[in-house]
Amino acid sequence: MHLKYESQLREPLVYGNKTYSQVTEDILRPIEAKPSRLWYIGFFIAVSLLSFGAYSVYREVTYGIGQWNLNKTIGWGWDITNFVWWVGIGHAGTLISAVLLLFRQGWRTGVNRAAEAMTIFAVMCAGQFPIFHMGRVWMAFFVMPYPNSRGPLWVNFNSPLLWDVFAISTYFTVSLLFWYSGLLPDFATVRDRAFTKLRKKLYGIAAFGWNGSTKHWQRHESLSLVLAGLSTPLVLSVHTIVSFDFATSVIPGWHTTIFPPYFVAGAIFSGFAMVQSLLIIVRKVFGLTDYITIGHIDLMNKVIVLTGSIVGIAYLTELFMGWYSQNKYEGYTFWYSRAYLFSPYGWSYWGMMACNVLSPQIFWSRKMRRNVFVTFFMSIIVNIGMWFERFVIIVTSLYRDYLPSSWSVYYSPTIWEIGFYVGTFGLFFTCFFLFAKYFPVIAVAEIKYVLKRSGESYKPEFDAIDAQPIDTFVHDQAHAH
Amino acid sequence: MAQKKFVVGCFDDEKVLFPAVKQVRAAGYKIKDVYTPFPVHGLDHALGMRETSLHTAGFIYGITGTTTAISCISWIFTKDWPLNIGGKPHFALPAWIPIIFELTVLFAAVGMVMTFMWLCQMAPGVKKHHFHKKATDDLFVMVIECTDKTNAEDLTSLLSSKGAVETDIQIAEEGWWFGTYDTENDNLYNNVAH
Repeated sequence: MHLKYESQLREPLVYGNKTYSQVTEDILRPIEAKPSRLWYIGFFIAVSLLSFGAYSVYREVTYGIGQWNLNKTIGWGWDITNFVWWVGIGHAGTLISAVLLLFRQGWRTGVNRAAEAMTIFAVMCAGQFPIFHMGRVWMAFFVMPYPNSRGPLWVNFNSPLLWDVFAISTYFTVSLLFWYSGLLPDFATVRDRAFTKLRKKLYGIAAFGWNGSTKHWQRHESLSLVLAGLSTPLVLSVHTIVSFDFATSVIPGWHTTIFPPYFVAGAIFSGFAMVQSLLIIVRKVFGLTDYITIGHIDLMNKVIVLTGSIVGIAYLTELFMGWYSQNKYEGYTFWYSRAYLFSPYGWSYWGMMACNVLSPQIFWSRKMRRNVFVTFFMSIIVNIGMWFERFVIIVTSLYRDYLPSSWSVYYSPTIWEIGFYVGTFGLFFTCFFLFAKYFPVIAVAEIKYVLKRSGESYKPEFDAIDAQPIDTFVHDQAHAH
Repeated sequence: MAQKKFVVGCFDDEKVLFPAVKQVRAAGYKIKDVYTPFPVHGLDHALGMRETSLHTAGFIYGITGTTTAISCISWIFTKDWPLNIGGKPHFALPAWIPIIFELTVLFAAVGMVMTFMWLCQMAPGVKKHHFHKKATDDLFVMVIECTDKTNAEDLTSLLSSKGAVETDIQIAEEGWWFGTYDTENDNLYNNVAH
């Protein structure tokens, strides 16, 4: 049961003196206004990066994997690092919308739409890497189990790489459905305010004929709740399965049972950091500071310091186990290849430690958590650190294998490998710029839902309720409708 | 489809809406629907709607996914083309749990969304009559279908006395049809009967 009123002690979720129609007006303003010069510049840069990425991929497809600097020893390099990094980023959206919905966290309403969009775009970027790493990308459909003329020779259902195919594609589909079903009412709002024929037509198609019927809302609520219930284990399963790609192998540094929880915590960590980077810009550029408040930023920073510390404990546990297991290969990987600063990749390990474990600790300070500039800077640092983490896991475990004659001296990416990564940034930001321009970046209907119980200007009304005898209050709440 | 006559009352505050819903129902009118810009909790009960069983459908879709995954994989790996993978059993259930889980979630989610769209009659290109444009902005729009016995004027004044900020009598198509929204005029003034 929902309480009708929120404690006076809680920070308001919506600042300013708002009415329902003011909420609509504020959030839809960027959609209804002409795009700014800044938007055009940003969009142009994003499309340029995307084009460079497309050319890099074109070279890789035409000339083969040799365009990258992978070799027999380091068979996974930047590509899988980037894959895991993007998938990790893609975890915050569903976490915010699903887990926080189940926990009845009202603050998710301000940030869930943009976070879910970010999830979907990040998963799209992630998917590029394993697909193009296949080399003969035109045969990518071989990963699907279907009756074929080769036997039929089926895929290996016992392989973590196939689990990944199912996990990522299910995650993408379910996130997309969750996001779009939430968008329907808001598209209807845009449609009903449309001022040109084209807008009316396109948003009319996008809204699927939504009319706000009470029965439809009832079903919509049920749908959201069940999708949230499904997405919660799903979001945990996805990065668990990604970690199985490593943990089920017998490579020192990968073959550990700590991987699933450690990967999931890392994913939430980097995902929230990316949400911060994007929303701090969005709230400023679109003037949405009343809806994406400092309180939201504060709360997300708390998640960042929590998950960052979990990740830190995981790093230390791994080091401890590297020594405690007394397995010399594990010991070599953890204490020489990684933790020894002057080993070839020691810099990446300590870069990771500095970015992920040490620097987020400043968020124990409330002043720092509520500082927009510090938060923005830290969100970038965290994502650099999380990229390092995946690089450390993949490359430092691979570059010196059991056979010293096949040790790889050093691995550095080619321009096309970097170009591919840069290109996914282009894809991500192209999608995000289009989203910010044509979609409501905040869930309008959900903000209206929390407005009267948590809006700044409505809070004083609760004084009278606070003054009531407790029995009256309980009676009121028990008959909340 | 047949055209029907509706009395429409618009409210701008849910605190006014709830007593109005009760009184209109107590007066013997059957409320067709209330169109709201956001989910108003408890309104479905106030209107006497039964709970949705969409989640039950979701459960059925979910177990369909589970059984599909188990039966397909076990048939493939034990009957159709048993592969010897490191001498391990062909029926390797623990190794299939990830895929079984993912397919459960996939079937449940996709099935539920399709069912939701079917029940609410929503699809790209579907058009419906909207009683008030601001039902998706800030108005709660109560719609009562007129029968032979209904005195529309009485009902309109009842709605006004219960706090409706706007009232209206409309003749409209029920249900849905294919069409786009760019062809209609302002539906606030369209189809007004009086």
